[in-house]
Amino acid sequence: MAILVIAEHDNASLKAATLNAVTAATELGKAAGGEVHVLVAGANCAAAAAEAAKLAGVAKVRVADAAHYEAQTAENVAALVVAAAGDYSHVVAPGTSYGKNVTPRVAALLDVAQISDVVAIESADTFQRPIYAGNALATVKSADRVKVLTVRTTAFEAAAVANEGGAAVEALAAGPDLGVAKLVGRELTKSARPELGAAKIIVSGGRGLGSGENYHKLLEPLADKLGAALGASRAAVDAGFAPNDYQVGQTGKIVAPQLYIAVGVSGAIQHLAGMKDSKVIVAINKDPEAPIFQVADYGLVGDLFELVPELTNAVG
Amino acid sequence: MKILVPVKRVVDYNVKVRVKSDGTGVDIANVKMSMNPFDEIAIEEAVRLKEAGIATEVVAVSCGLAACQETLRAAMAIGADRGILVETDVELQPLAVAKLLKALCDKEAPQVVICGKQAIDDDSNQTGQMLAALMSWPQATFASKLVIADGAATVTREIDGGLETLEIKLPAVVTTDLRLNEPRYATLPNIMKAKKKPLETVKPADLGVDVAPRLTTLKVVEPAKRSAGVRVADVAQLVDKLKNEAKVI
Repeated sequence: MAILVIAEHDNASLKAATLNAVTAATELGKAAGGEVHVLVAGANCAAAAAEAAKLAGVAKVRVADAAHYEAQTAENVAALVVAAAGDYSHVVAPGTSYGKNVTPRVAALLDVAQISDVVAIESADTFQRPIYAGNALATVKSADRVKVLTVRTTAFEAAAVANEGGAAVEALAAGPDLGVAKLVGRELTKSARPELGAAKIIVSGGRGLGSGENYHKLLEPLADKLGAALGASRAAVDAGFAPNDYQVGQTGKIVAPQLYIAVGVSGAIQHLAGMKDSKVIVAINKDPEAPIFQVADYGLVGDLFELVPELTNAVG
Repeated sequence: MKILVPVKRVVDYNVKVRVKSDGTGVDIANVKMSMNPFDEIAIEEAVRLKEAGIATEVVAVSCGLAACQETLRAAMAIGADRGILVETDVELQPLAVAKLLKALCDKEAPQVVICGKQAIDDDSNQTGQMLAALMSWPQATFASKLVIADGAATVTREIDGGLETLEIKLPAVVTTDLRLNEPRYATLPNIMKAKKKPLETVKPADLGVDVAPRLTTLKVVEPAKRSAGVRVADVAQLVDKLKNEAKVI
């Protein structure tokens, strides 16, 4: 049987997290012996579907294009996935706010368990996932007929864009509009910087910066020079230095960039849980005892108000 | 309008858990237990809705060991009117909890169920969405603002990249994100009052729910430790290391 990936997209293009989910599905396909299909549910979403068809490992793209999928509400999308699920041994979604919203609904309607935030696929029915904010890793085995999982995007490479003609794109009949949820509006942070979840470099600030003004004044020039995304600790977000969706940590975003530069971040367990899988970690902090130095590859002790501008001048 | 709030007893936020040496799980013997922080936010929100005259009753529910009574008392000290304990010593997974909550929703007929978005022990982030699905109700997860009026809830949700506002018809499930509110501290008089509030105990079998786990945990291990690196003397050395040793810039 095949593996179904629920694509996250904005109708015009795929979200980067979908590419990681496709790689996880391809691994599952090898373990379970099935091909990978991608479901694109949206409105006027042909461009996103065409993009999915070009991804390595994808055998088929199924598109449900209808006005009531424009906002991709959990109720309508879950009903559609459940109607299609009979053909699949596994349903996979990225472990993003979108995937976490929709997928448990799918699992409950199928009367199966969901496995959240899978970081490794051991076999067709056995998966590894973090618990207790990543302080332990559990290996779990599912006995359900359909395995429904979300995958931690940082644990799987992004699927490559293959050059071949692309997979077959076929229409999937839309389900009914349940009409119980209506999108009023979205306020998305407009930024020329890369998305936090997909960035190769992240510059992250903590309470040590002292104010929102300092956060922007010191970190933005450095981030811009490095082409980096901006992040923040929970303490910095709570203090209003940065917007909520900048938060890196157990209850915020889980990131694993090539380079993570933590500025004035003490390194609470909660924060470390969100960034400790980064390839290289740099910590800049005036307190030599700060826990962040226990995970940092390169630690620089000193006054961040002098060191950060100096670093900004020295790079690029 | 009645609001139902599920609360989970979990290892306290400040405890650093240890993996058992035999790899069967996490050692929670003699560890401080508390209410899941996201559930505390859910109770606080429900109590505020009651104080604002929108809700008439707040019912707290906990599923698990007899000791979950403490968690229910804590919820009642914040302001819940009564508690229901679904007592079992079976390991409860999110689907089983959602089914128990469905049985209670069928009986209690709340207009809104407010859940924490995830529990800080298993980090599943599933129960609220599963309950909404089983009830065929709409959902609004990861709420940072909740307004209830005219049979609908207008919910601002924290999503990747910003905020989204949904309008959902009641009855519905809402799950809380971190910044929906700041829960109050329970005062001593309220803690004393909570001891006298009604607390009913039922068993999963009374509700006709099969709570057998669907997932088997084969092993639990500690993640690979990241070792501390080196201290660099100055910015020049840092940039040199990043360029020539780590090759990341």
